[in-house]
Amino acid sequence: MFALIVRRLLQSILVMASVSVISFSLFNFVGDPVNNMVGQDATREDRVRIRQELGLDDPIIVQYGRFLGNAIQGDFGLSYRIKRPVDQLIAERLPATLELVFVSALIALGFGITAGVYTGIQRNSWASRLVLSGSLIGVSLPTFIIGIGLIYLFAVHLRWLPSSGRGGVIDLGGWKTSLLTIDGWRSIILPAITLSLFQMTIILRLVRAEMLEVMQADFIKFARARGLSERAINFSHALKNTLVPVVTIIGINIGGLIAFSVITETVFQWPGTGLMFIQSVDFVDVPIMSAYLCFVALVFVVVNLVVDILYFVIDPRIRLGAK
Amino acid sequence: MRQSRWLLATAAVFALASAPAFAENVFKWASQGDALTLDPMSQNEGPTNAMNGQLYESLVTRDPQMKLQPELAVSWTGAADGWTFKLREGVKFHDGADFTAEDVKFSIERAQSPSSDFKEQVSGITSVQIIDDHTVKLMTDGPNPILPNQLTSTYILDKDWAEKNNVTTPQDFKAKQETYAVRNANGTGPFKVVSRAPDELTVLARNTAWWGDKLFPGNIDRIEYRPIANAATRVAALLSGEVDFVLDPPLQDLKRIESADGLKVITVAQIRSIFFGMDQGVAELRTSDVKGKNPFADVRVREAMNLAMDKVAIQRVVMEGLSFPTGMITPPGVFGNTPENDKPLPFDPEKAKALLADAGYPNGFTVQLDCPNNRYNNDEKICQAAVAMLAKVGVKVNLEAVSKAQHFPKIQKRTSDFYMLGWGVPTLDSHYVFAYLLADGGSWNATGYNNARVNEITAAIATETDIDKRTAMIEEAWNIVLADKPYVPLHHQVIAWAMSNKVDAPIGADDALRPRFIVMK
Repeated sequence: MFALIVRRLLQSILVMASVSVISFSLFNFVGDPVNNMVGQDATREDRVRIRQELGLDDPIIVQYGRFLGNAIQGDFGLSYRIKRPVDQLIAERLPATLELVFVSALIALGFGITAGVYTGIQRNSWASRLVLSGSLIGVSLPTFIIGIGLIYLFAVHLRWLPSSGRGGVIDLGGWKTSLLTIDGWRSIILPAITLSLFQMTIILRLVRAEMLEVMQADFIKFARARGLSERAINFSHALKNTLVPVVTIIGINIGGLIAFSVITETVFQWPGTGLMFIQSVDFVDVPIMSAYLCFVALVFVVVNLVVDILYFVIDPRIRLGAK
Repeated sequence: MRQSRWLLATAAVFALASAPAFAENVFKWASQGDALTLDPMSQNEGPTNAMNGQLYESLVTRDPQMKLQPELAVSWTGAADGWTFKLREGVKFHDGADFTAEDVKFSIERAQSPSSDFKEQVSGITSVQIIDDHTVKLMTDGPNPILPNQLTSTYILDKDWAEKNNVTTPQDFKAKQETYAVRNANGTGPFKVVSRAPDELTVLARNTAWWGDKLFPGNIDRIEYRPIANAATRVAALLSGEVDFVLDPPLQDLKRIESADGLKVITVAQIRSIFFGMDQGVAELRTSDVKGKNPFADVRVREAMNLAMDKVAIQRVVMEGLSFPTGMITPPGVFGNTPENDKPLPFDPEKAKALLADAGYPNGFTVQLDCPNNRYNNDEKICQAAVAMLAKVGVKVNLEAVSKAQHFPKIQKRTSDFYMLGWGVPTLDSHYVFAYLLADGGSWNATGYNNARVNEITAAIATETDIDKRTAMIEEAWNIVLADKPYVPLHHQVIAWAMSNKVDAPIGADDALRPRFIVMK
């Protein structure tokens, strides 16, 4: 177990290094940050001078070496756009993203698993068919459309919820949370649903498929023969045996939720890392883009590690096989 | 019983929460981007200037009609060697310090430092002389007739505050540390910062000690600014009543906003013209099938490109009516624009074909058009329309529409044959257009246009103080440009603001929000 964790952490360094190399070689195609850093009046000489000061004319490999050297010392530089330290900016924005991901994962899991079990058992009921056809919308509509649709329905038409932003924020010693106030929940609910829909659909369909398979297994028939209650059979015998693939998918998806909450955050003006990243791309804010992409790589590695550890806990066969 | 108790509790909470609202006019507004820094000299960019313009003030400013008005200076007079400004007395910074001539000298020198993004505006000032506590003379290298026009965004900081907080220059590009002025402000302006969460909410409160507190009609006590990056979300916030005002509603949503209850849209012609530049200076175009010569070097080709563009159709179809087709690259409101020259060249594809044949291109030629897709109103759509129009006269255009961060460097580096550009004129004087777009070596003149007389006039009008002579020279230069056609002018943009009926905000051609004039009912 310990060896596994160490091995994985070593791999993570490799992953982050390759992500940063690839992203650095792409930055050249995003455009010239200097154009965004000065007004239209700036002279051409001034632009050249700034390019030199920022080292933008150096070969990519030199720029990358400089980034790596500083990053190893924990210095990710100042944002070109906001002129503040990058690590500080990411740390400030992270709570908003993590809370959004947390709530949307709760929604996706809660609804996805329950509906998956239900549609797996009650295969032919009209409610199952409704849920299944409704879930097609979740996978086929782009996040952007779903988000705007929810805003127009709940904020403009019904006026129940705010259209955008993060309200009711309380500062808990550096961690700004919006989960402790009613206003906070009112503002998080729409973006969380938007972000959760795709994951929810996948979990629902996966759990359903697994349930259909497990319900045919001998041990379920045996459990029935023992006279166990339907409830006990469905949830403690059947569901438990569907969980390994579900945990894998959830793991990968939670990484994806953190990394790619970009669109949801932009639509809802949710002040997290995703919104900051998209603004940085517009501006060609290289320090933020590179630090953020490394951070995302780290998130994926850590989540996958946690998933592997969970396998050990859930499935005794893996535990035994490892010995 | 239970319900009524709940109601009572709600009513009590409501009464508590809204108690100050009876006395306060809160102006809630949204636009696309947040201010990047509170340092008023660090970044010359729309949203940043909009925020800093509420906190800081300059010597002179513009009213919604674009007329120069006294702000921190009460009067100014020009002489051959500089301008003398009489400063307003009794003005205090937000921290209580007195505003004096020292602060003006310090701020202008700060604006001239290498890390400032406003140094071009003050580049004509050689030194600042303090005559007394409330009089300064800005020395210039010879006469400078338009100096006051150039100072409208040179904001004044308190010298002692800047020294105490170690921000005597704007943040350097090489800096490793964030400076104090990025997130803290101490101006003399009509509003003070109460709280600021970037990309979320910035709250400003009325500065009751402001010198103009009783002089202006504005009755806002509190400003809540919410940047909302997504245009559809921004409109939704207005429709749902969460904000009272949107600075930049998308053109295609204006009809919908106007048809909503309690909302209105107001428009004004903007000080920004949109046009195409053609590189006539290079020997051979980079992206054309014509080798060994440059079709754009021939004025007949440039005229044909102009005649082939149906500017009225672009206005009607692409711009939803919100543009003014033009024959100039600078709009009315800028000194030098005349109604005769402002008329667009008629749409005449037959004449265009004939001119191309005359010039030796009966079958047209190919060229690439470089276009931004996130900078001007409907920029990419305009370029698509242009491609279709030019195809009808035989010019096969290959469109390359990219983000502004990729587009503008092509113009800066002179690597584009044919490009879209828009130009606003903060000084409202033609000199700004000639110096950047038409004179040889102008930093945005990627056309290679180089006319000796135009260059000469550009230099002369920077120092000519005789109004009649200067006006005549500006007119002469525009007539030369009209004949030489280095650019294809398309239109002047229109600004639209969307707001609640309870807001009365005067719109200005520079798109600046002026809260001191905003009245809330």
